[in-house]
Amino acid sequence: MTWDWTAVADFMPYFWDGLLVTLQALALGSVISFALGLVWALLMRAPSRWVRWPVGVVTEFIRNTPLLVQLFFLFYVMPEWGLTMSALTTGVLGIGLHYSTYTMQVYRAGIEAVPVGQWEAATALNLPVARTWRVVILPQAIRRVVPALGNYVISMLKDTPLLMAITVLDMLGRARLFSQQNFQFTEPLTVIGVAFILISYLASLLLRALERRLAH
Amino acid sequence: MPTETPDTQHSPDATPAAGLPPGELIRLEQVTKRFGDNTVLDHLDFSVDAGKHVTLIGPSGSGKTTILRLLMTLTKPDEGRITVDGQQLFPATEKEVREVRKKIGMVFQQFNLFPNMTVLRNIMEAPVTVLGLPKDEAEARARELLEMVGLADKCDARPTRLSGGQQQRVAIARALAMRPQVLLLDEVTSALDPELVAGVLDLLRDIARSTDITMLCVTHEMSFARDISDQVLMFDEGRVIEAGSPEKIFNDPENDRTREFLSAVL
Repeated sequence: MTWDWTAVADFMPYFWDGLLVTLQALALGSVISFALGLVWALLMRAPSRWVRWPVGVVTEFIRNTPLLVQLFFLFYVMPEWGLTMSALTTGVLGIGLHYSTYTMQVYRAGIEAVPVGQWEAATALNLPVARTWRVVILPQAIRRVVPALGNYVISMLKDTPLLMAITVLDMLGRARLFSQQNFQFTEPLTVIGVAFILISYLASLLLRALERRLAH
Repeated sequence: MPTETPDTQHSPDATPAAGLPPGELIRLEQVTKRFGDNTVLDHLDFSVDAGKHVTLIGPSGSGKTTILRLLMTLTKPDEGRITVDGQQLFPATEKEVREVRKKIGMVFQQFNLFPNMTVLRNIMEAPVTVLGLPKDEAEARARELLEMVGLADKCDARPTRLSGGQQQRVAIARALAMRPQVLLLDEVTSALDPELVAGVLDLLRDIARSTDITMLCVTHEMSFARDISDQVLMFDEGRVIEAGSPEKIFNDPENDRTREFLSAVL
């Protein structure tokens, strides 16, 4: 096996394109999973079981089927129902939806960890329930779950190559395309491997800084 | 019932409560509360007149705290009627419950301040969102109360940076900012280090002396109970076994259980 620096140089322009796609998928997927996970978590605390039951079933289903199957479904089946989206949009939605079923459990744990005395104080002060959630419970719950949410961002990063299966040219997609055209596999795969490590590392640094800022 | 503005809540000549004798603010009739097999309140009857300071004493688990929690609607009775200022609770509509809660403030054993807000915002939050006070007015009220509890310099501090005694004084200010007619005090010094107890009790003595607020107080501080109470209720196994003036209860108790309890705690 020989290492060819010119192959690295040739690959780099494609690498930057792939990196941009990967980061887009990661950022948008994270935002969707954070927002939707919170919605699920709150719906699961609804007083009516006619809300809790369907949400529970749907999220359980999504959590327990493979992301790859969901991506194929969104990409190949949804257009038959008249909903056509670009590959990247489909991928972002798929990954965000899938991970929202994990983040909802993180939020749930965070909400349950807020001491019952906080609810009681809010009741004693006659705060409306929605206001209690917004200014008392969620700020404390979310602060607690930032580390766990951050870990899912890193997991999500490692799942972004699945988007290649629905024709998204993320880092892996670019590396594969380049390899097939030039019969050089070592260099592009190594480059994206290093890129994954660097992104994970930077994300964990950011996360730790955020945790420190959020400490009371 | 006419809606009261916050500033008139202290006026003693509010509409006479329907079905209650004049001056009677709180009434419990045959109230029973069970937790599983354990009956914490057993067909309890008692009433509190407006402006009175009533202290509930008795061994742990005798149901004292449960009474405060029922009045604050933090828990429901299994049987019986609870009436506050003419309004029956359980059952009551959400709106009726809110009107009752407006009249009642509560201070907890564990303070329960909101750690994500500054001291000032802890006190301002409910007056602004519940009473609809303008921000500057709520802030002025909060600062005045912090002055009163001796913590004017802690406005911008986070509660977690304060000592237990300071946190409890903020919690008292927070309850008073709603200008309640009734203040429920649930073992407010039990979680404090011994050297911090006196400051909180002195503050409550001041409030008892200088306002016409009705107080229901669960405490193990007998000298404090003696100082502030108009009436002392001795609880045992979910019932009031003896009631009377502090002089009567502390100097000349009639019930053997009361005598036993007092000799153990005094």
